[in-house]
Amino acid sequence: MKSLDELAKIRDEARKKMEIRAGESGEKTKIIVGMGTCGIAAGARETMGAVLQELEKRNLDNVLVTQTGCVGLCEQEPILEVEIPGQPRISYGKVSAEKARQIIARHVVNGNIIGEWVINR
Amino acid sequence: MSYFRAHVLVCAGTPCMLKGAGAVKDALCREIERAGLQEEVRVVETGCLGPCDDGPVIVVYPEGVMYSKLKPEEMSRIVQQHLLKGRVVEDLVYRAEKEKAKPVVSLEEQGYLDRQYRIVLRNCGRIDPDSIEEYIANGGYEALGKALTTMTPEQVVATVKDSGLRGRGGAGFPTGLKWSFTAPIAADQKYIICNADEGEPGTFKDRLILEGDPHSIIEAMAIAGYAVGADQGIVYIRGEYHLSIERLQRAAARARELGLLGKDIFGTGFNFDLQIRTGAGAYVCGEETALIESLEGKRGEPRLKPPYPGVAGLWGKPTVVNNVETLANIPPIILKGAEWFRGIGTEKTPGTKVFTMLGDITNQGLIEVPMGITLREVIYGVGGGIPNGRGFKLAQTGGTSGGCLPKEFLDLPMDYDSLAEAGSALGSGALLVIDDSHCIVDVLRSFMKFFQHESCGQCTPCREGTARLYQLFSDLAAGKAGQDAVQLIKELCQTMQLSSLCGLGQSAPNGVVTALQYFEEEIQKHVAGECPAGVCRISMGSRAV
Repeated sequence: MKSLDELAKIRDEARKKMEIRAGESGEKTKIIVGMGTCGIAAGARETMGAVLQELEKRNLDNVLVTQTGCVGLCEQEPILEVEIPGQPRISYGKVSAEKARQIIARHVVNGNIIGEWVINR
Repeated sequence: MSYFRAHVLVCAGTPCMLKGAGAVKDALCREIERAGLQEEVRVVETGCLGPCDDGPVIVVYPEGVMYSKLKPEEMSRIVQQHLLKGRVVEDLVYRAEKEKAKPVVSLEEQGYLDRQYRIVLRNCGRIDPDSIEEYIANGGYEALGKALTTMTPEQVVATVKDSGLRGRGGAGFPTGLKWSFTAPIAADQKYIICNADEGEPGTFKDRLILEGDPHSIIEAMAIAGYAVGADQGIVYIRGEYHLSIERLQRAAARARELGLLGKDIFGTGFNFDLQIRTGAGAYVCGEETALIESLEGKRGEPRLKPPYPGVAGLWGKPTVVNNVETLANIPPIILKGAEWFRGIGTEKTPGTKVFTMLGDITNQGLIEVPMGITLREVIYGVGGGIPNGRGFKLAQTGGTSGGCLPKEFLDLPMDYDSLAEAGSALGSGALLVIDDSHCIVDVLRSFMKFFQHESCGQCTPCREGTARLYQLFSDLAAGKAGQDAVQLIKELCQTMQLSSLCGLGQSAPNGVVTALQYFEEEIQKHVAGECPAGVCRISMGSRAV
């Protein structure tokens, strides 16, 4: 260890990996995947896997991924919801792994809601 | 490294391990693999979270839900319900959460931690103690970097002095003052010793600090080394503390790899390294001069003072001996400043204290609270009160050498001076709560048995005094004590307090002296052959047995 900068580099790197333990703060974007039996049967596990891969690829550390159970819209599963702080929660239906990747690229990163996949409420 | 959506922190402190945390963790990992979640969920071993009596304990993040009293066979439910489907398994949630009837609350909100203030335990239960990166992520080694690159050794000593930090090993001696004795001495070699020979019955805080956050001690020792001009550190630790020793060794090895121990740390030319030495479990070796004798390979017996270790300690060189908990306070003080520290706790005793709560108390375990909190707040607040509907009889603070405080003292602030005034001590932070089903004579008899065993035998008042006190209390408990027993006990206590060589013999009678003050009637009844609590096996009214 030769300098404080070197230490700060290790700190910032390690902090990203521990972000999740800071708990649910209002600052973070939340991605919620429907993981009830109906969701899993419709392929929510693959959707979840794609979400995690995409977050890792894009190095997004300000996003919290959680699951939820059946919300009663089983035919729309897998359901993926995005909640950006200060904005209403958006629910997408029939989210395949590919759709999940696009939702992260277009909605989570760039802030554009993909209207055609949104479940009407 | 992949992105994990959930972290499961498994407490791997000794209390939880003894309750089967190893099997719980294995079952958890197995179930996670069975569900195919190993790429999504990360399992981390961590240090003590505090509710030791309710172990094994795990915490699931990001929700921060704490599960307690776990069995391996319950892990499949936690994996299938919580980790897979996001549903909290309510019947396994730690009970303080359930009382609030809120299914998901974070650790901060759930009532166990919100009466606490964590400085020493800042990382315990939060990070993987085997990961130097996680320690660094929480600001670790920044204090060392700050001290080495922006402060002079004198400034470091001054900061610790100004903070008002007092030794947490028991005596409460101002840490900065201790350092200031050693710092100006010119010597070819000085030493920093971390006293981890935690021998007080009922105290296990240092063990859990070392298990949960070993790097905080390494960092603090290096800072202390810089402040007083020492380049060698020694951790003197109990041989039974296997897990602490292992974690400390791994932590020191990692610190060496990253150049946080060794030569030219932070490019400043400052060298520091440490070694770990294990003790053989003698109570008296917690006394700093006996500890040094033991380190030198001699019999662990206290030295005559002066000279004090700060001037002539290990191998005759100036040596600073600090307790584990004391050291754990150092990095935050350097980072946040003396003013910040003075703002916590009381004026004469700033900061926090780690207590190990045990005996007749609902939440047995490890807590950290601001100095000056009352006994009542600790016992009935954080401690959850006395179980089984029993009443409070006495609390012994400071371990077996502390005093016995009756309920009149429940509103006494917990700090060095207030407790000393009441005839007890803050000591090492053991808090033994005894309910009204116990007999004072029986309790004191067991204390004296301990001291008789642990007296090193060097000086007469302690060697003979502890043995005679044990004998006298055994006689009282058997209803065989003479009419003058209480008077004899009083004289013996005074002799020991005044003429014993070290703290062991001087403080061994504390429990008895305070008990004579507050429970004399109960003790006197034993002379007459009666045990009001019905514990001692004396036939009523007679002097038989």
